[in-house]
Amino acid sequence: MKKISTPYLLLIPGMGFLFTFFLLPLFNLAQTSTQTPVGGGDTGQYEQTFHFKNYIDAFVENREQFGRSFIYATIATVLALAIAYPLAYAIAFKGGKLKNFMLVLVVAPFFTSFLLRTIAWKQILGEEGFVVPTLRNLHIISQSTTLTSSAFAVVAGMTYNFLPFMTLPLYASIDRIDPRTLEASGDLYANGFTTFRKVTLPLSMPGVVAGTLLTFIPAAGDYVNAAILGSPQTKMLGNVIESRYFKIVDYPTAAALSFTLMAAILVLVTIYVRKAGTEELV
Amino acid sequence: MKTVSRWFQRNLIRIYAVVAFTYLFIPVAYTFAFSFNDSAKSNLVWKGFTFANWQNPCGAPEICSALGNSIKIGFLATLFSTILGTMIAFALGRHKFKGRSTTNLLIFLPMATPEIVLGASLLSLFLVFKINPGFWPTVIAHVLFCISFVVVTVKARIASLDPRLEQAAMDLYANERETFRRVTLPLVAPGIAAAALLAFSLSFDDFIITNFNSGTMTTFPKFVYTSAARGIPAQANVIGSSMFFLALAIVVIGQFVGRKRKVS
Amino acid sequence: MSEKAISARGDLKLSNITKTYGDFTAVDDLTLVIPKGSFFALLGPSGCGKTTTLRMIAGLEEPTQGKISLGDTDITDTKPYQRPINTVFQNYALFPHLTIFENIAFGLRRRGIQDIDTAVNKALDLVELPHLAQRKPTQLSGGQQQRIALARAIVNRPALLLLDEPLGALDLKLRRQMQIELKWIQKEVGLTFVHVTHDQEEAMTMADTIAVMNEGRIEQMGSPADLYDDPETAFVANFLGQSNLIKGTVTGNDGANQIVDLFGQKIALQKDRSHAVDNSIYAGIRPEKFRISRLETATSGNVLTGGKVEDVSYIGVSTQYQVLMPWGQELMVFEQNDDGVAPFNVGESVNISWEPIFTFGLRGDEDAEAGTEVNPDEDLDDE
Repeated sequence: MKKISTPYLLLIPGMGFLFTFFLLPLFNLAQTSTQTPVGGGDTGQYEQTFHFKNYIDAFVENREQFGRSFIYATIATVLALAIAYPLAYAIAFKGGKLKNFMLVLVVAPFFTSFLLRTIAWKQILGEEGFVVPTLRNLHIISQSTTLTSSAFAVVAGMTYNFLPFMTLPLYASIDRIDPRTLEASGDLYANGFTTFRKVTLPLSMPGVVAGTLLTFIPAAGDYVNAAILGSPQTKMLGNVIESRYFKIVDYPTAAALSFTLMAAILVLVTIYVRKAGTEELV
Repeated sequence: MKTVSRWFQRNLIRIYAVVAFTYLFIPVAYTFAFSFNDSAKSNLVWKGFTFANWQNPCGAPEICSALGNSIKIGFLATLFSTILGTMIAFALGRHKFKGRSTTNLLIFLPMATPEIVLGASLLSLFLVFKINPGFWPTVIAHVLFCISFVVVTVKARIASLDPRLEQAAMDLYANERETFRRVTLPLVAPGIAAAALLAFSLSFDDFIITNFNSGTMTTFPKFVYTSAARGIPAQANVIGSSMFFLALAIVVIGQFVGRKRKVS
Repeated sequence: MSEKAISARGDLKLSNITKTYGDFTAVDDLTLVIPKGSFFALLGPSGCGKTTTLRMIAGLEEPTQGKISLGDTDITDTKPYQRPINTVFQNYALFPHLTIFENIAFGLRRRGIQDIDTAVNKALDLVELPHLAQRKPTQLSGGQQQRIALARAIVNRPALLLLDEPLGALDLKLRRQMQIELKWIQKEVGLTFVHVTHDQEEAMTMADTIAVMNEGRIEQMGSPADLYDDPETAFVANFLGQSNLIKGTVTGNDGANQIVDLFGQKIALQKDRSHAVDNSIYAGIRPEKFRISRLETATSGNVLTGGKVEDVSYIGVSTQYQVLMPWGQELMVFEQNDDGVAPFNVGESVNISWEPIFTFGLRGDEDAEAGTEVNPDEDLDDE
């Protein structure tokens, strides 16, 4: 009798919490997303009319930001993967005694608020920083080119900010690879590149999947990088949702956009995880 | 020349690591450097060196109450999410039960949901129940996004535990409760500690969910964000840098103590 | 009941124990008595159910059916911590977070025993590692960990000590040394030891009684000498050492002997060593019991003629021959290098002879290959 109930006793508080503050709000959000303004009511007053056209309107109106969110997030994820993989590899295989210290270094920037660091980038790369004048003097960029307030800056900011989320899972799975398998591959006539492609990469796939998800998902919903480093031309879906909530008080549109974003991410994640072939994520 | 290029080739990956770490730390170094900037309000341009900001970190209005809120919220969110998450992790890692895959899904979903959706949906729930955004709603929001990370971290530690150790304890006259207290818990503890540290850093640094659920209450990230428009006071750099060094010190000391305990 | 179980002493009895996992039967209607004070070995290939049996004795698995009792006490439904039984685990399962001293003291503390220091130090002395008390398990070598695992179990003075492949992770030399030491310790402390192993040499070196297990059942039980000299099944004959099994027919009797026809050649076999149920029989002879001789040399006892040397391996203490017989079977012959006879060459024609007393008879319908196949992952557990 006791054996049956123990796991449920352990689960009830946490699952209850997730039900109340995760599933219930999502359900509520779904309801909000099909509401329409009360005729003659104040701003922010809505009634349930099952107006599913909200979704279409919201999407059509914001399809640019939608596309941007996914494009920026994809580029940032790919860049982060390209930067983080060799780093994780270096820590795992060349870290030696410094392994743990290097891991701490990967996480350490977290503790200086990410907002402070993002703003630091803005100032370093901004008009008053030293990078832009130097590049201009060297004629690497034209006099009118700026590095901030651009799509480049937004993507670079996201890449930077989510780099640790990419590095840690990559490290975890690369570190688990037995270096002897790499030697065996070399012994069996594979050159360095083939060894990487046929042995290292497949073995580190769980880390690649976890890292890309942990980067892509928050990046797709991000609006802070776009707000600090971008311009009105680089607005992402997150910015729209935020302003619908706080500035325009258009809850149904914000809710419909949130739902569309979440659904799109879930679909992409499912396809991706299926393709990558690792279901054991959690 | 040949030896130089060979050395370069052999150490390419190490050189890369140094470059990557430099990239990671440029803004941290910048933040630290500008904490000594002798700027009145806006910390945009270098005006001269001063210790004044470090001597008076609470000098900017509201900054220390924001910091206090962040620490309080971080502490409470860490406490609750670690307790709830660890319990779930034990259920998943040590028991067989019906509804396992549903549980796994419910743990994974919050991680697959963008923060903005979590924040927005939670806010609309609070609005429906006429709960004003503020301190406790923010704590709840933070517990919500920390819990899954705690579950994943602790579960990984439990999974790496050799079940024979618990069997050995039972074999040596420890009943279920003693086995848990004397063997399972001490061995899982490093995982729980790592999860708690992760939860605190996630909570302390969070802006998006906080922005939705905190109402008029200010947290440190919120303070930085709202003052970004008119210029961030150098005190923010002082606090950011202190947190960085404090965290680094805690981790290094923790490692040192851990290693010493292993040796003696 | 649990209070009674913890102080139970006496012979261990397994009565009709069955353990199934879904469709798979790991242990099949096993009945067994392990006498108090004996060194008992459960021997078998991986997957034979020996570890499952051990875990049921320890209380780590529940039998699907059957009863386990210690002396007069039924312990079938008691928890592991309610049984006066301790285990030396495979790979030792030392608690990595506790010192060696605390590892050994663990069981004593749980039972609230007084004067833990004396008991732990005595146990450390017994395994000759008193200087390691304050170390952590990870700082010990494999051999040292093995001894600590033993000390951790013995210190509790259990009615029964279970050893689950305890020497499997040690190298050969250390294993031999530990075998002798374990046997000595068992005599010294006078406990009942139940030892699970797939290594027949280890079982024969250490145990008073060996039960050979195969596919969840006991094939044969007895002293090492009994099992070796008079195996009852082809599995035991092949698993415990090597055997030549030659197909034949019982044609008659001659006093205490049966006369057996092996492809036209008659040999004698003691009746009480014959386990055949009808005329169809396998005659079994251990390779070292054979004598090999040139055609002109006089032979006595049982003789098989017409052999031809196929292969010769000189291995120091003996020379091993493969001899091809007229009916196409290759027989193994181990000759001690002590008779001054010039070694035989490949292709030479030879006779093979042996004393009739060394012949054993098996049922003719058995699989002559049973127990011979070498399992590549025999170090894996059968859980």
